[in-house]
Amino acid sequence: MKEVKQVRGNAIPLNRADVDTDQIIPKQFLKRIERTGYGEFAFFDWRKDDDFITNRPQYQGAPIMLAQQNFGCGSSREHAVWALEDMGVEAIIAPSFGDIFRNNCSKVGLLTIQLDQDDVDYLMSRAEELPEGEIVINLENQTVMIGSDWSRQFKIDEFVKHRLLNGLDDIGITLANEEKISSFEEIRSIFLPSTDQAGQDNLKIN
Amino acid sequence: MTQPQTIVDKIWEQHVVHSEQGKPDLLYIDLHLVHEVTSPQAFDGLRMTNRSVRRPDLTLATVDHNVPTTDRTLPNPDPLSTQQIEVLRTNCNDFDIPLWDIFDLRQGIVHIISPEHGLTQPGMTIVCGDSHTSTHGAFGALAFGIGTSEVEHVLATQTLPQSRPKTMSVEVTGELGFGVTAKDVILAIIQRTGVDGGVGHVIEYRGDVIRNLSMEERMTVCNMTIEGGARAGLIAPDEKTFQYLRGKEFSPSGLDWDRQVENWKKLVSDDGAIFDKSIVLDGNNIAPHVTWGTTPAQSVPVSDVVPNPDDATTASSRETAQRALKYMGLEAGTAITDIGIDRVFIGSCTNGRIEDLRRAATIIDGQKVSSSVNAMIVPGSGKVKQQAEEEGLDVIFKDAGFEWREPGCSMCLGMNPDILLPQERCASTSNRNFEGRQGAGGRTHLVSPEMAAAAAISGNFVDVREII
Repeated sequence: MKEVKQVRGNAIPLNRADVDTDQIIPKQFLKRIERTGYGEFAFFDWRKDDDFITNRPQYQGAPIMLAQQNFGCGSSREHAVWALEDMGVEAIIAPSFGDIFRNNCSKVGLLTIQLDQDDVDYLMSRAEELPEGEIVINLENQTVMIGSDWSRQFKIDEFVKHRLLNGLDDIGITLANEEKISSFEEIRSIFLPSTDQAGQDNLKIN
Repeated sequence: MTQPQTIVDKIWEQHVVHSEQGKPDLLYIDLHLVHEVTSPQAFDGLRMTNRSVRRPDLTLATVDHNVPTTDRTLPNPDPLSTQQIEVLRTNCNDFDIPLWDIFDLRQGIVHIISPEHGLTQPGMTIVCGDSHTSTHGAFGALAFGIGTSEVEHVLATQTLPQSRPKTMSVEVTGELGFGVTAKDVILAIIQRTGVDGGVGHVIEYRGDVIRNLSMEERMTVCNMTIEGGARAGLIAPDEKTFQYLRGKEFSPSGLDWDRQVENWKKLVSDDGAIFDKSIVLDGNNIAPHVTWGTTPAQSVPVSDVVPNPDDATTASSRETAQRALKYMGLEAGTAITDIGIDRVFIGSCTNGRIEDLRRAATIIDGQKVSSSVNAMIVPGSGKVKQQAEEEGLDVIFKDAGFEWREPGCSMCLGMNPDILLPQERCASTSNRNFEGRQGAGGRTHLVSPEMAAAAAISGNFVDVREII
């Protein structure tokens, strides 16, 4: 995972609530087995409308997305995060997020920032007039700033912050506790089910 | 005296491998379910880092999301789906993971096959790269959907770092009226909490209505937990749970069984246990629900009308409702029973189990599907299909004009050829009415199997209570 320290640039004001991951990346693109190349399919159906916000020239490659409450609800598809990442989004600001989506973002290295509704509305209202990238997100200080005249502090899980700032791989961190996993397995109940015998063929007779 | 605990607290504490101040707990995962769509990149990640699957014996794979539901001895018309299925076969073979493949009788929707074979048991931690993993909570398991990065993490370590969730009690009191189902209960709950009311929480469903539900009905309720924003929802195990599990292939037997039942009985929230949030619903007042919009919270009783966006309390919800009505091609004030439909889909991890098919069959028996409707039934698993055929349900469906298909996720998400055409209107027993979910431009109304069956016959929504 790459390090995330600061995000600076303009913001795409996607002024909609409850944007589900089916909208961010529709199902037909989930058949791909690759990890990259999803950006061109992001918001595939909504983008058919020429006037849709991500089609506007000034927002091409914008690193910040603004959205309304419950952004990324629904399906667990991490492809939604990959699609946003691939279109150049590095941080998303919204009043709230879908749980699984937010978690997926933290694994991929996309910053999700929860701000009060009023603050999100304020940023939405100013996004259009700020095309030159004056929004600055600083993860270390946990701030979102517009120039020097507006600033808000955001909360973030300390450990997620630590991982993002240092670009740490979760699996690597966990495997540092490998001994603890082994000890747990030694005392784990022997009555729990195992799929050990599940592989035997049970073919239908056609 | 120790602090009263919720079920979630109890399961959590039994699974903490490592705990450290300022870090999420490391939780052990008892069962990892894998399917073709959210796993390829996870296996690639393992290969790139030279890691192996730690516990293939706690892992089970199947194909469900993009398999065709038509004759599978014919070539799959979709090369990308074929490739994805092939990739899963290769991955399972390379990493020694058992796979219930397309011609295996046990193949089916991942959230249906695990419970029906007894792999899902009380007190377990269960994950899958699919948001409807919450289904398994019906057995008093802590089960939730994960993304592909986490799939890779579980494959490599059999654990997941998790921050302790908040808890939410959803109590449904009283008794359900005639013709009112588990699907209506969960739609009513989500209508009340909104699609984000459960964010950050694990829900425990409680109360007389929940207690009186069968295991299959409990799975329907827990299945749609994620539609209310909560990653997991569970129900304390009881005699019904034990009865359901007794004698199943992966259930314990003999003395092991007795011992496990004693352990499972402890999985109740203690008196006085504190929930971070609580709501109570009166089950007596729940009617059959129909969604009218593009989120699962946008539903009304079937006897009602399409609501007016102007009645919304906030500007944002008014706008959302207006957008939804435009997408759905509906006018405010239209009676739900005046809405005509083109398609009916009965199936999915929400309502694709044998009881769902039996209940649909009671409505359909001896009737004919309306000439203006195309209707299909997709059993949730090979076992459900076999059972339905043994009971003659397939004959009832086929005689009425329903298509009787092979098991899979099918038109719940339309990753296979089963999709709606633009503007086609569907009465669906699935879980999501998002824009384009069942096909670009398609219009989904979520209902119970009974309501879907009745709509198939009438060609429009009907109050199922008036015909049974």
